[in-house]
Amino acid sequence: MDTAVHQPEGDFRPRDWAQHPPYLSPLYKSTVLRSPSKPLIPMKQGLSVRTGPVFGHDSLDPLDHDLTKNGRVNGEPIGERMIVTGRVLDEDGRPVPHTLLEIWQANACGRYVHRWDQHDAPLDPNFFGAGRCITDAEGRYRFTTIKPGAYPWGNHHNAWRPAHIHFSLFGPSFLTRLVTQMYFPGDPLLPLDPIYNGVPEGARELLVSRFSIDVTEPVWALGYEFDIVLRGRHATPMEG
Amino acid sequence: MSQLLKQTPSQTVGPYFAYAWTPELYGRRPLATNRLATRDMPGEHIRIEGVVYDGAGAPIRDCVVEIWQAGADGRHAPGAAGFGRCGTNDDGYYFFDTVKPGACDPGHAPHIAVTVFARGMLSHAFTRLHFSDEAAANAADPVLSGVPADRRDTLIAKRAEVPGGVVYRFDIRIQGDGETVFFDC
Repeated sequence: MDTAVHQPEGDFRPRDWAQHPPYLSPLYKSTVLRSPSKPLIPMKQGLSVRTGPVFGHDSLDPLDHDLTKNGRVNGEPIGERMIVTGRVLDEDGRPVPHTLLEIWQANACGRYVHRWDQHDAPLDPNFFGAGRCITDAEGRYRFTTIKPGAYPWGNHHNAWRPAHIHFSLFGPSFLTRLVTQMYFPGDPLLPLDPIYNGVPEGARELLVSRFSIDVTEPVWALGYEFDIVLRGRHATPMEG
Repeated sequence: MSQLLKQTPSQTVGPYFAYAWTPELYGRRPLATNRLATRDMPGEHIRIEGVVYDGAGAPIRDCVVEIWQAGADGRHAPGAAGFGRCGTNDDGYYFFDTVKPGACDPGHAPHIAVTVFARGMLSHAFTRLHFSDEAAANAADPVLSGVPADRRDTLIAKRAEVPGGVVYRFDIRIQGDGETVFFDC
């Protein structure tokens, strides 16, 4: 791994809890025993958290960004081919360049490669469902993949997860780390999903990608855009 | 102040991250592992290990612990041990093979930044690991001092010297009795 380090500048703006889900969200049952119950303790940002790992282009394989190719065994994966692209920005609208994104998702039938997934839907021998890429100088990323399917889960009677892609980002610091999920416009399962609804009202819509005819490639793949905003920095170092 | 963009909300990692994050079992190359120390890396070579527990005291098997640390010289630099990632096993157990970091912030005790992700955690939790054999430095540490005295112990990894080397025990209790201190920073 490349462990070059971003140089720290000003402090990072705080996690905006008007945007992020609270730990306890009882309709998502697993949060009940997995939510810290005591208030978070404020901590001044030192070097140990204002820095963070950097992953270089040389840490990726050439097909990491193309999930329609990186799991092939004997043919093409089944499903609706799609492109997902967007920009990673900070709160001030500045691009976050050269940062790692990792994604993972179910196949077109709603089945994950993961050995625990017992959903009675077929695995696709030509689809693995994980990818990585690094943003360019303007903070842009781009994946080619298969549109994931919805799948049932055990949270409550007749619970179904809306189709989604998991995203993991680093940004310039250990503090800018973000794991989230991207959803699809118009999905009728969204209003019923306790994980999506765990996000405060007014913020959750940011997790829904936009269909884009401009990103769509003729006779090839539908295009979706999904921009991601990470914590920004105060303009000057904060003292005190 | 100009209008800021809104932070993209966090979501849980769910149960099925392992084939993307720790994909060795699936025959794929990981980007980061729990073995941070190379054989010739300067510093004291240590193992950090523990179990992640939920509010009922049950181990969490679908959890990922990530760490970020300085090298033995206290610097975050190329070639330093740096970043590690470990998924818990069926017993909720994780470990890192690394070097003991030096102090990286003036006045702070040596420590490691720790992030916890799990199914059932819609936002990740952030904590930090201190070392039990750094009692004097810990006593002067401004972050530990900001933690109620009766909870500081949850941030101290306990040193043991065993036949295989030096092991620090750092259990993480997400909720309930002995709940680990988590930070907002």
